[in-house]
Amino acid sequence: MADEREVAERPASRRIIAPGYTFGTVTDQIATVVLTRRTPVFWYISFGVGFALLLVFLWSVAVLLAKGVGIWGIRTPVMWGFAITNFVWWIGIGHAGTLISAILLLLNQRWRNSINRFAEAMTLFAVACAGMFPLLHLGRPWLFYWLFPYPNTMAVQPNFRSPLVWDVFAVSTYATVSLLFWFVGLMPDLATLRDRTQNRFARAAYGILAMGWRGSARHWSVYETATLLLAGLATPLVLSVHTVVSFDFTIAIVPGWHSTFFPPYFVAGAIYSGFAMVLALAIPLRSVYGLEGLITARHLDNSAKIMLATGLIVAYAYMLETFTAWYSGDVYEQSALWNRMTGPYAVCYGALIFCNILAPQALWFKRIRSSPALLFVSSIVVLVGMWLERYVIIVSSLAQDFMPSSWSIFQATRWDWGTYLGTIGLFLFLFFVFIRLLPMISIFEVRTLLPQAKVEEEAQG
Amino acid sequence: MSQIFHRSTNTFARITIYGAVFILAFLTWTFAELDRSAYATRATQAREQPVPFSHAHHVGGIGIDCRYCHTTVERSSFANIPPTKTCMNCHSQIWNTSPTLEPVRASFRTGQSLEWTRVNDLPDFVYFNHSIHVDKGIGCESCHGRVDRMPLTWQEHSLEMNWCLDCHRHPEKHLRPREFITTMGYLPAGDQEEIGLRLVKEYKIQDVRVLTSCSTCHR
Repeated sequence: MADEREVAERPASRRIIAPGYTFGTVTDQIATVVLTRRTPVFWYISFGVGFALLLVFLWSVAVLLAKGVGIWGIRTPVMWGFAITNFVWWIGIGHAGTLISAILLLLNQRWRNSINRFAEAMTLFAVACAGMFPLLHLGRPWLFYWLFPYPNTMAVQPNFRSPLVWDVFAVSTYATVSLLFWFVGLMPDLATLRDRTQNRFARAAYGILAMGWRGSARHWSVYETATLLLAGLATPLVLSVHTVVSFDFTIAIVPGWHSTFFPPYFVAGAIYSGFAMVLALAIPLRSVYGLEGLITARHLDNSAKIMLATGLIVAYAYMLETFTAWYSGDVYEQSALWNRMTGPYAVCYGALIFCNILAPQALWFKRIRSSPALLFVSSIVVLVGMWLERYVIIVSSLAQDFMPSSWSIFQATRWDWGTYLGTIGLFLFLFFVFIRLLPMISIFEVRTLLPQAKVEEEAQG
Repeated sequence: MSQIFHRSTNTFARITIYGAVFILAFLTWTFAELDRSAYATRATQAREQPVPFSHAHHVGGIGIDCRYCHTTVERSSFANIPPTKTCMNCHSQIWNTSPTLEPVRASFRTGQSLEWTRVNDLPDFVYFNHSIHVDKGIGCESCHGRVDRMPLTWQEHSLEMNWCLDCHRHPEKHLRPREFITTMGYLPAGDQEEIGLRLVKEYKIQDVRVLTSCSTCHR
């Protein structure tokens, strides 16, 4: 009974679920969002914006396929430009979802239960957006299967010494494991929706996806094992995927890329931007759908603290970058960094320092962490900052490397912006379809957070 | 609550889930096989020609050397199709009233070339040079097969990249002395490996790393 008293005495802001919920009301509130015929105007607006941008994406890709990658601003020596910037940015955003679903599960952080579902969905859609860029950047995307080692008639295989090939495996593994994890976690909730819906077609659709889930003890036991195994598989991916992405840069000898601290720096940056995206999605959703009782002030506070912590790691990496350049005594490294700070991309560099380091220091203050509106603003600032970071790393290093005679400034074209904003559209489109068709919060996992669940557990134990 | 699906759907679900692996494997295998098949590569399929010219008769039967007609093969990247005049060297005297050869005579009278159907056609992104291959000891037969047994000409091999690389990775397995370049049904006088390695040195054949470099063929 000690636990119950503890729950009762906990101050309101520390709760991970508001008082007064029962098993029934949790299910009702989350399932109604999907099963109702009434959709809030917010949904129509967000979906509409997403769909409009998705059309921009389709148009940009159609032009790209017709005319080739030359419609982008990529010119020698900056051949990576927006495409790889966006790839790294999107992949990074996905990392928060995996961290929440896998690492926090293994660390027994129960507050994750109410944000893991939509965070995992965010991961999947972010990976889908990320995957677009290397494929479109291939120039001939229809030959994408050449990336895989399959028995082809050319008798050639991908070069396994190239980190770009490791990327293919890292990202495709990540996408597969994330999808499986998400789907397995959805099954009990799909069964709930199947049992609750009045619509015949919806019942059949949810029924097929629920794969015959009846909630028997055996089902739950198998489910628990599967979840733990998948969490175990996904955990190293949180660290490995962005490490491999950072290898794309570090393995090259380009000044400003060739550094050993890139892997941890990239992973921290990934989680940083990922939690920014989680907050940017959670804050509007909870207020529109009245989910403040499930996604509580404590969730926002915790996410903001993770952002602050990873943001400080990123700040440390910036300092180290400068220190290494000075300490190495390597003139190329030094001039690359000097160019980055004071050269043609100085504005971007200054903006990223402001967005990633200076502005997020506000998160030290509890007053700011407990204001959803300010948190929303700071998460958008961080998202912009992390995009600028990748842009500056990629573009400034390539634009001014060893040979001054080939230096050239990158100019983004409207098609660059079209594909970038287009994937934001794809992301919003997929995300709001998800919000409408699937429970955005895990019903059964939130139910385990209720004090009732705890008492029950102990009584049985 | 009533059942949504019939009991039999359990079996169906199991079969489709486990079967997916096999279906995917089967599809991959099918595409891989189709890609290599004569249907895709058109290897071993005789082509229709405006005049049913028989290499079997001219090479196998009469014993005309390849270079009597394909004169540029030793000097040019392209092994030429002979002009009608070459045909008429003989056919103004023999079979000169044959109705089958009327298109040849018509071409000779009018100066309009015969339009042969091309049999061995590499993609345009491949740079191929006949003269270097002939000069370094690759026999006609190695790529074109037993032309002396082709009543109507067909493409002997797939012309896929793996086929090119088979030889570029191990040239010694296919080299022959230059005097046997046009010989059909050539048999090495001794151990091919030994002769091949000797010829690699003698003909100064480039290192395999050069032969298999991308830009050797894709320029």
